[in-house]
Amino acid sequence: MSRLGTLGARLVRGEIGYDFIGKRKIWYGISILITITAIVGLSVRGLHMGIEFEGGAVFTTPKTSVSAAAAEQSAEDASGHDAIVQELGNGGMRVQISGIDTGKSDEIRDKLAQDLDVKAEDINADLVGPSWGEQVANKAWTGLGIFMVLVVIYLAIAFEWRMAVAALVALIHDITITVGVYALVGFEVTPGTVIGLLTILGYSLYDTVVVFDSLKEQSKGITKQTRHTYAEVANLSINGTLVRSINTTVVALLPVAGLLFIGGGFLGAGMLNDISLSLFVGLAAGAYSSIFIATPLVSDLKSREPQMKALTKRVLAKRAAAERGEGPGDGPRDGDGPQGATAAAGPVVAPARGRDGRDGRTTGKRR
Amino acid sequence: MAAPNKSRGRSSSQSKPGRALALILVALVALTGGMFLSGHTTPRLGIDLAGGTSITLKAQNEPGQKNAVNKTNMDTAVDIINRRVNGLGVSEAEVQTQGNDHIVVNIPRGTNEKQAREQVGTTAQLYFRPVLQVAAGTPAADPSASPSPSASSSPSGKTSPSPKSSAGAGGSTASPGAGSSASAGSGDASPQGRAVPQALKADATPSANAKSDKDADAKASPSPDASAAPDDKTTALFGSLDCSNKAQRVKATTGVKPTASMVACGNEGGQWAKYLLGPAEVEGKNVSKADAVLDTQRNQWIVQMKFNGEGKKKFSSITGKLAQQQSPMNQFAIVLDGDVVSAPSVSERLGGSAEISGSFSQESAKDLANVLSYGALPLTFHEETVTTVTAALGGEQLHAGLIAGAVGLALVIIYLVAYYRGLALIAIASLVVSGILTYTIMTLLGPGIGFALNLPAVCGAIVAIGITADSFIVFFERVRDEVREGRTLRPAVERGWPRARRTILVSDFVSFLAAAVLFVVTVGKVQGFAFTLGLTTLLDVVTVFLFTKPLLTLLARRKFFSQGHPWSGFDPKRLGAKPPLRRTRTPRVHADHPKEA
Repeated sequence: MSRLGTLGARLVRGEIGYDFIGKRKIWYGISILITITAIVGLSVRGLHMGIEFEGGAVFTTPKTSVSAAAAEQSAEDASGHDAIVQELGNGGMRVQISGIDTGKSDEIRDKLAQDLDVKAEDINADLVGPSWGEQVANKAWTGLGIFMVLVVIYLAIAFEWRMAVAALVALIHDITITVGVYALVGFEVTPGTVIGLLTILGYSLYDTVVVFDSLKEQSKGITKQTRHTYAEVANLSINGTLVRSINTTVVALLPVAGLLFIGGGFLGAGMLNDISLSLFVGLAAGAYSSIFIATPLVSDLKSREPQMKALTKRVLAKRAAAERGEGPGDGPRDGDGPQGATAAAGPVVAPARGRDGRDGRTTGKRR
Repeated sequence: MAAPNKSRGRSSSQSKPGRALALILVALVALTGGMFLSGHTTPRLGIDLAGGTSITLKAQNEPGQKNAVNKTNMDTAVDIINRRVNGLGVSEAEVQTQGNDHIVVNIPRGTNEKQAREQVGTTAQLYFRPVLQVAAGTPAADPSASPSPSASSSPSGKTSPSPKSSAGAGGSTASPGAGSSASAGSGDASPQGRAVPQALKADATPSANAKSDKDADAKASPSPDASAAPDDKTTALFGSLDCSNKAQRVKATTGVKPTASMVACGNEGGQWAKYLLGPAEVEGKNVSKADAVLDTQRNQWIVQMKFNGEGKKKFSSITGKLAQQQSPMNQFAIVLDGDVVSAPSVSERLGGSAEISGSFSQESAKDLANVLSYGALPLTFHEETVTTVTAALGGEQLHAGLIAGAVGLALVIIYLVAYYRGLALIAIASLVVSGILTYTIMTLLGPGIGFALNLPAVCGAIVAIGITADSFIVFFERVRDEVREGRTLRPAVERGWPRARRTILVSDFVSFLAAAVLFVVTVGKVQGFAFTLGLTTLLDVVTVFLFTKPLLTLLARRKFFSQGHPWSGFDPKRLGAKPPLRRTRTPRVHADHPKEA
């Protein structure tokens, strides 16, 4: 752990750092690839929609001695529709019958109870009309739309529009990936899944906001110095908050993992599982996108600004001058400026740096 | 909107950590005390954890009525369904609107779920139809006929399984004068030996719109309109229908247009009767008001009804016609969902208000009044979901949720201790505070606003452990960064806080926004999830501001932390802090290989 702590310190001070921004093309490429895979998977395989989306019934029976095959036969005889039967950990059964309307369910339940030799009132029934799932999905889309508009407005106020746009891209990226994973793996989509997906919205942005916050702080007064380009400062922000991002993600994932494995293990399937599965996938995607997508995007957008272009020019000119040995040597440094952030060209090995009179602190920490 | 740029002023918690801690302690004690005082020490459990049935209904616009789904109609519908469900003798059934067009009915276990569903899922349609013929409902009256959703209460006062009722047999009265009593007209009860129990007469209480028309209406046709003559098919059905057979009953009355004649059944104290009825003349929505009142003069319960504008005209014309008919043609069937609730006879033309008298008990008079006032749901509903959960499964789900929560919490604590050492104690204490706040508030919200903890809500609370712990991490990391800068702990805490505070506020606001949007757009179980997520996010902010930060401020004064004990989580060596001598430069060699963390 101590190694980690020291590592954290060196990351914060920029003594070491991974060049996230410089390699952004790779991340964009990876993300585009994943996104395309997700979209292809979605269009080719489609989503495996749960019973809630076509209407039907799910019966959960208590412990029974009848075999799953017999239960399936019984359910199909009673309903005239295909039935899917799963055995649960507690010896009960989960019988799914699609396409029946809610009115017929009582008869089917009674018949099942008779065949499985359990009491009808001990059978749990979950009946869903055919339009229910669609409604949940529609509401989810509505919610998604509203949330995106609100969050973009909020982030534009709290930070700036470029960050809001980058956060939005990251958000869409996370959701696409999550949906894609569902399509490719063939997980069942239930209203629970949709809930989980909507919850990702808040979470996926958590890490992004943490990085942006640090970036906003670090880039204060950036045009008044000539030591770093915006891209380098952005990179420093990512590295400086890396430990934080990893920690927050791990800590957020742990309870979700607990839900996924424990809840699922106990109940076989159900709401707990559905919510936590989509959360799990989405959170992982969210952690990735906050580091590899959102911040590099902001850096790209910012670097297009005329003043940032000018800054980059100045910084590079100065470095070239230093390389030629024209600049004065390193002056004493203050401890809290970002130092040695690796330039976009990759790791820089201790370049001799000129020190302009105005001191290159780029942080707003000293207030 | 959370203001992203908080004032940079020193918050009181910075200088006076004791005060903030005292405040949150008082809040904890007050909430816990309140919880014990209220007598609710556990949160109310939702249907999926306690067992029972939950039904989600969606309102639909009838063709031609574009704006029928509005708040007023929804509220009326909730009211009606509530009466119906609670008429089953269910206590604590909940009926509430959700969103614009959904009604969720939660029926705790111990109720006949089938009956409840029949009560809830049907759309009551109330019509007044003229009676053409009456006959015994079954070839051999079978009192143990299958219970129907419209089984009526006998006047013996036992709870009826439905709000529909009709009074037990008794002499009918039909006279214009107030307080006058039985007169001829009912002596020849229907040929099947079934006395028609009620009579309709003008409301005795003088009121502006209560005008019984003394002059026999010359225009009143002596017989029902020709158009009302039932076709052969209906007549045949009238002959063959067996009222005690539910399937037959339902089949006979389903899909009948109000403008067509029909055959319907009525149940009087376990006795079925069937009626051949003409087209509907007045609709339930024409009744503006109906009350059960005790007529002190006759010492009996009667039902008074008032009609609205359109209803007055229609009612007046139909009663005018009926009054001139012979029994049973002078009767008027009040048909609710295809069942005859009551069939009072009419002896005079009536105006805007009328009273139905018969041998009502208080109960049955109230029930009939309710049917008349609220019998017709203003909207059509269809069942979207019906979930029946047995107590066993409910307990299992709760159990699984709690275990998952405990495991999740344990994992988070282990991780925090491994990474933050002594600091983790502060995080754990904060989690405990946050947990107590969440638990007590949820518990108090049960009786307060009817909040019930369901499975998704438990899920939301578990997921929220992560959100809450994330805030501590953001704060601790900030402080550690300051220590790495070479500061001692106390200034590090004070300097790190404003920055961390901003980050926490912004990110928690985003989380809260997601929960709020989720809460607003969704219906049913999902709302529980969104609710706990939003609540815990709010409480997270409260905890960090009033507990975590002041506690750290206090502990930063302790040697263990301020000296950077290896187990404190602030060991400058471990953190790789630079020597605090800040004006000397140490030449630094950069790592010349990119390092992935």
